[in-house]
Amino acid sequence: MKRRDLFLAIIAILALWQVSAWLVNQPILPSPFEVIVVFFRELGDDLLEHFAVSLWRVIASTGLAIALASPAGLILGQSPRLNAIFSPVIYLLYPIPKVVLVPVLILMLGLGDLPKIIIIFIILFFQILVLVRDQAASLRPELIQSVRSLGAGRRALFRFVYLPASLPAILTALRQSVGTAVAVLYIAELFATQRGLGYYIYFKGSTLFDYPAMYAGIIAMSLLGLGLYFTVDWLERRLCPWQFVE
Amino acid sequence: MVRLESLSFAYADQIPIFQDFTWEVQRGDTWAILGPSGCGKSTLLYLLAGLRFPQAGQVLIDEQAITRPRPHTGLIIQEYGLLPWATVRENARLGFRIRGFYGPDGTHAPTDDLPSGDVDQWLNRLRLLPHADKYPGQLSGGQRQRTAIARTLALKPDLLLMDEPFSSLDAPTREGLQILTLELQAEEHLTLVIVTHTIEEAAILGKKILLLGEPPNTTPRVIDNPKAGISDYRNSAEYTAMCRDLRDSMDLPTRNPVPSPEGRA
Repeated sequence: MKRRDLFLAIIAILALWQVSAWLVNQPILPSPFEVIVVFFRELGDDLLEHFAVSLWRVIASTGLAIALASPAGLILGQSPRLNAIFSPVIYLLYPIPKVVLVPVLILMLGLGDLPKIIIIFIILFFQILVLVRDQAASLRPELIQSVRSLGAGRRALFRFVYLPASLPAILTALRQSVGTAVAVLYIAELFATQRGLGYYIYFKGSTLFDYPAMYAGIIAMSLLGLGLYFTVDWLERRLCPWQFVE
Repeated sequence: MVRLESLSFAYADQIPIFQDFTWEVQRGDTWAILGPSGCGKSTLLYLLAGLRFPQAGQVLIDEQAITRPRPHTGLIIQEYGLLPWATVRENARLGFRIRGFYGPDGTHAPTDDLPSGDVDQWLNRLRLLPHADKYPGQLSGGQRQRTAIARTLALKPDLLLMDEPFSSLDAPTREGLQILTLELQAEEHLTLVIVTHTIEEAAILGKKILLLGEPPNTTPRVIDNPKAGISDYRNSAEYTAMCRDLRDSMDLPTRNPVPSPEGRA
């Protein structure tokens, strides 16, 4: 995608917003320019802190999910026997909308960051596990044999074949689930916390009726999602350049 | 150099492929192993490579029983076996990186030398230097196989095993790589064992041809083909006669030894 096209898209969205604001003509839909001014004012106040808290929750859960799901996926992908044992369990758990677990996790893990991090972790965990497992299982036995003939034992196979092969799978999983992760974060931050963008948006809108500030929070949450998405994009180009050649 | 001693091998619940099979390869020999699919020719190569193991008997290379891939044996397979995420140069270096990973431990890498890791002379020899920074997905089949050959020969093997290495290539590329293989065999003083299902390829490459048939294989049937490797052998009457002999030995209907478009016999 070209930068110019992205820029035009931003202009178009802002124009659509501005026109809608004129048509609605109510405090509930302020103009984008008013919101942008408030956004920067709020950044100086406490919006940045809420943003940082949300960002920390996403990063921590993502890191945890990659750290635990990729080795698990690699092991299952390499071992048909283990996969046969675990795959029915994964098959049943994978499609459950994990967001329904938010109240349960809050009841079990209480206030604070932990239940929020765990819920996003669970979502990403299954996504990464399944994609890495399938990627590892799809490596052709001929490739493995060929690398073994160069002297590779189990450790070198892991380092030179399975690990690099799982990278694109991890990034694809992140790309697919980063949107869901931020959406679920919003839900999770509605409960039992006074920090985070979910709380901020809800509090400004429903308690203080400070609509421009509420929209500033929405923009912050959108930027969080976009930023993560762009990061995954950037990592993919950086770490898997072979996928982008003709 | 290579000796199979009373070797028996069977896949689970199947007729044994080899039963009390004894066969010998001298240093510097060029062998083609020929036979129909399912005869066990690839299995034999994987036994030599230390990637499969016999139920009885043993594989000896330089008097050492093979229990794992041997550092001085190279293996080239039909599907190239390249890492799709690594460039040609990185792929060619893979053997060195694996050796560097373990160090000269004698099992994964030879104890005697830890080679420099410079593969560019090999890329140059195999006309791959202009493609050194490309990924396998950007290469033709012939270029991919040449990359695999560079990767293998960079490790200075003394025994080169090839499993239907040119079967997925078009006829001109295949012919070019057959000639290259013979050149490299001579330059590097390799002992070469190449598996093929193509009579013509066996006759071109194998100074000795091992014929395998329907399992179980018990005694090796060996055909001498001393003119293989001599330039223009492909166009000689002796070559045509050799192909006919091989076809007769394989109990196939006789026809002209002209390679079919896919080169399949």
